[in-house]
Amino acid sequence: MRPYQIAFKNLMRRPARMFFLTVALAVGLAAVVALVTLSNSMTADIEHTMDQFGANILITPKSNDLALSYGGISLGRVSFDQRELDPSVLERIRTIKNHQNIAAIAPKVLGTVTVQGKELLLVGVDFAAELRMKPWWRLTGAEPSADDDALLGTSAAQVLGVKPGDRLTVGGRSFKVAALLQETGSQDDGLLFVPLAAAQAITGKQGKITLIEVAALCSGCPIGEMVDQIAGVLPDAKVSAIKQVVEGRLQTIGQLKRFSLGMGGVIALIGLLVVFITMMGSVNERKVEIGIFRAIGYRTGHVMGIILLEAGLVGLVAGLTGYLLGVGAAAVALPLLAQSGHPHLLLQWQVAIAAIAAVGLVSLLAAIYPARRAGRMDPADALRSL
Amino acid sequence: MITTTNLTKNYPSGEGNVAALQGIDLTVDTGEFVCIMGQSGSGKSTLLTILGGMCHPDSGSVEVDGTAIYRLDDNGLADFRARHFGFVFQSFHLVPYLTALENVMLPLAPLKMSAAEKRRLAGDALARMGLADCAGRLPGRLSGGEQERVAIARAVVNRPAILFADEPTGNLDSATSDQVMGLFAELHQAGQTIVMVTHNPDNGRYAQRTIRLKDGLVLHRPSP
Repeated sequence: MRPYQIAFKNLMRRPARMFFLTVALAVGLAAVVALVTLSNSMTADIEHTMDQFGANILITPKSNDLALSYGGISLGRVSFDQRELDPSVLERIRTIKNHQNIAAIAPKVLGTVTVQGKELLLVGVDFAAELRMKPWWRLTGAEPSADDDALLGTSAAQVLGVKPGDRLTVGGRSFKVAALLQETGSQDDGLLFVPLAAAQAITGKQGKITLIEVAALCSGCPIGEMVDQIAGVLPDAKVSAIKQVVEGRLQTIGQLKRFSLGMGGVIALIGLLVVFITMMGSVNERKVEIGIFRAIGYRTGHVMGIILLEAGLVGLVAGLTGYLLGVGAAAVALPLLAQSGHPHLLLQWQVAIAAIAAVGLVSLLAAIYPARRAGRMDPADALRSL
Repeated sequence: MITTTNLTKNYPSGEGNVAALQGIDLTVDTGEFVCIMGQSGSGKSTLLTILGGMCHPDSGSVEVDGTAIYRLDDNGLADFRARHFGFVFQSFHLVPYLTALENVMLPLAPLKMSAAEKRRLAGDALARMGLADCAGRLPGRLSGGEQERVAIARAVVNRPAILFADEPTGNLDSATSDQVMGLFAELHQAGQTIVMVTHNPDNGRYAQRTIRLKDGLVLHRPSP
């Protein structure tokens, strides 16, 4: 017979009481775990969605009176002689504090060209970076990679009447139509894409960049901070985030997180009181029994250990049960609340450990006073028959 | 051997105090069977709890084999009780959710010995009380006499120097009382020091010496 066996057997003696105490703690914990898991999963879901968006930071030259019409910025036919960006900015972007969150940097040069008597918007791009940044692009033909490869949007191809494999002469240079871009419903459908260096030569903007799109992996990186960091290293450029709507959504989830933590605090307090009242009642009921323990030589620490062990066991079972219940509830609720169609439930071991430890700690804290009271009980007072 | 010197104990009552013990000097020799008798309120139970290290006196001292037990700190006193004393209570006071064997093992829990050794000692103690077949039963499934014998087995399992008993037959019929007192007599014959509180004169017959209390004072202490 050891003290832990006494604790376990006493818990088993009153299964109904211990069951309801455990359920009360578990339900409270489950609510907090569900909220925290939901908010974490929804944050991850939105961040994943944002990553799928591609570019989320746009860098353009500072300009007071000219507007471009790419990437949501208006662009007039006569407005391409505005200030340009120097290629050195590409290196400077990679010096920011959150540079590890940069997934891709896609510089572009823009200009108008006449092809087969039709005016088109020419976009010089780094095809590798561009294709990485826009995973939703579907190509008909081969991925452009050679210096004389060109890519045409659906509308542009129809206007010019070309198909993959045809050749085009643009600004006196010959390009092979490597692929056609399947309809995107965006401005990309009317564009002619060629390698950056070729476009710079055709438009007379050697060594110049019109705009830069940056794709940032947003897990753990506030996009606003990255914008500020880039603006810090590019004082002559206009740096803007193109996902304010998502930011708003993230802010809402942040509020949900804070609410979860606040609720967790309230539930912890209620749980503490429930355990305290239950353990005090248990100690008072077991006064004679505790008196026997003390009379036959149990130290204060032995008796305290029995009471704390009981509370700890209840907390452990409630913690495990509550965590599983909470994760289950989050799994049910997530598809109803998430941004994307296929949200992924984010299970974090840190949340599991913290949840179980928190309930265990609350149970132990609540049991300290009853345990001390039991441990210091005078055996003669407890045993009224003596 | 137990030696007390000028033991006093007062309990608050209303606006004043009630003197439970008023200067008790007594000695219990090793191997002696002493019976403490007196009417209700005479102070006999208070004296037993003080002798058993469970209640600090207001003044005076208790020495057990040369150790002034109330000079020990709380843990020291608990350890002393665990190693040197055994207790039999009037209402048996068995822990209801532990089997007879587990109840008997309770005093061994704080002691450093293997679980197998504790189990063996408890089994032996139960067997001495004729309860080897009841080891796995819960107290609620034992008769009053069996519960009392389990309580005695629990009191002697740690081979205490002194066995304290408080009205050990108070809840038993006369036949069972005789059996229980017979067990105490056997223990005494085996060399056990016993201090027993009782109001039953029949039980006093088993003791070598009777100490009579009245209003917290020793009335009569006959020679053995």
